[in-house]
Amino acid sequence: MIEDERRRLIRLKPNLRRRALIYEFTRAFFREQGFLEVETPIRVPTIAPELHITPFESEAWFLSTSPELHMKRMLAAGYDRLFQISHCFRRGERGRWHNPEFTMLEWYCAGADYRQVIQDIEQLVVTLASKLGLNTVVKYRGQDIDISLPWPRVTVRDAFLYAAGWDPIAEPDSLRFDTDLVTKVLPSFILSRPTVLIDYPAAMASLARLKPDEARVAERAEVFIGGLELANVYSELRDAGEQEGRFHEAIEQIHKERGQQIAMPRQFLEAIAYLPECGGAALGIDRLVMLLCNVDSIDEVITFTADTA
Amino acid sequence: MDISDVHKNTKLLVDGIPYNVEEAEFMKPGKGRAIYRLKLRNLLDSSTADRTYHSGEKVEEAHTTNNEEQYLYKEGEHYVFMNTKTFEQHFIAEAQLGNKKDFLKEGMVVVILMMGDKPIDITLPTFVELRIVESGVATKTGTITPQTKSAILETGYTIAVPAFAKEGDIIKVDTRTGTYVERIGAKK
Repeated sequence: MIEDERRRLIRLKPNLRRRALIYEFTRAFFREQGFLEVETPIRVPTIAPELHITPFESEAWFLSTSPELHMKRMLAAGYDRLFQISHCFRRGERGRWHNPEFTMLEWYCAGADYRQVIQDIEQLVVTLASKLGLNTVVKYRGQDIDISLPWPRVTVRDAFLYAAGWDPIAEPDSLRFDTDLVTKVLPSFILSRPTVLIDYPAAMASLARLKPDEARVAERAEVFIGGLELANVYSELRDAGEQEGRFHEAIEQIHKERGQQIAMPRQFLEAIAYLPECGGAALGIDRLVMLLCNVDSIDEVITFTADTA
Repeated sequence: MDISDVHKNTKLLVDGIPYNVEEAEFMKPGKGRAIYRLKLRNLLDSSTADRTYHSGEKVEEAHTTNNEEQYLYKEGEHYVFMNTKTFEQHFIAEAQLGNKKDFLKEGMVVVILMMGDKPIDITLPTFVELRIVESGVATKTGTITPQTKSAILETGYTIAVPAFAKEGDIIKVDTRTGTYVERIGAKK
């Protein structure tokens, strides 16, 4: 057994070295743009309720599924540019692209909307690739990916009409959406370029604001590179009443479907009144490291996964 | 069982048919449901099937056991096996055995996968020793590569053997590939 572990850890070493470099360059990237690196708690009294994200319980509290609520409480107190690299926990998520404990790079910028935050992601990835000595063509799983800017944007409506033949904005259907996204839409993306999927159905807005001129669409985006879902982006919702309504609905559904009781995040809802106009992103650092190390399993970039810890 | 508990090599019962999960891919885009894409192998006829499930779905586990059983004899279209512990006998149809029947010798102990009291799969030893009952004359087709010729084993299986192997010899056969490994005993 110890021999297997030694062999595995030795095999991982080049990837882990690169991972450390990626952290270093990422921190430099944000620092140079005036972002403050912060830390928020990993064990928390409540979380943003999401029907399809199951938290681990820790006595009466939870292990953090995302640092979003605490970082927004800081934004509301006047921290206008902040970022964090933090461990997040999501129960039952295990596969080639998932480990129940993973690392999130999360940042928020006052005055920005989702379009500007997408540009942050573009700049970050291009900067990291260049500092690692890769040029604008990244090799991933036998495919050359041209990451030169700007990356193509495609709306959810267009992507679904093209690959699945229906419009999820006009006829929202979340089960059909999730299934078709995985089995039809994602496989239709060209692999030689990143894809930014923008403008999600309002029902999937979560903590994003709706478009001022089109209430059926949320200002939310997801970035995909080489088949990897890399990051989720919002123009952040600032309407406490609307946010509480969405949370309330999610809490009810979670209780009904999983029997889990999640408390309404009251302190966060109080802070929302002071939230400046802002945009933010959550980027799965493990997957970014997978991409830049050209490996196709998250097990190749995490020292000890749920199966080897 | 919950779909989230399904892993590679879990045995499932889908529409009453037992399958082995050959591959289980977990996908979960954005904040949506988890999607599980399974590659399944039908344990009765080895055909394959793809199935997609989403989080929250329940699947039926096929409750299986592995028994050590001894192959006794062939009766009509069936091969008769006996559990080495309980002495219970089980019949497996020739069609269900597929190529595996080519390496079954009376008295051989194999592992049988049972679902309830129904045998659904059989695992042979990796190597078996079988006697050549008939062998042809080596064809002189080349002088550099070792010459081979065809021979018939006691199970009726036709195999390529080196020119020196002859009727009555015992040879070792790899059951995964169905190929000759080495000669164990020459006929005196």
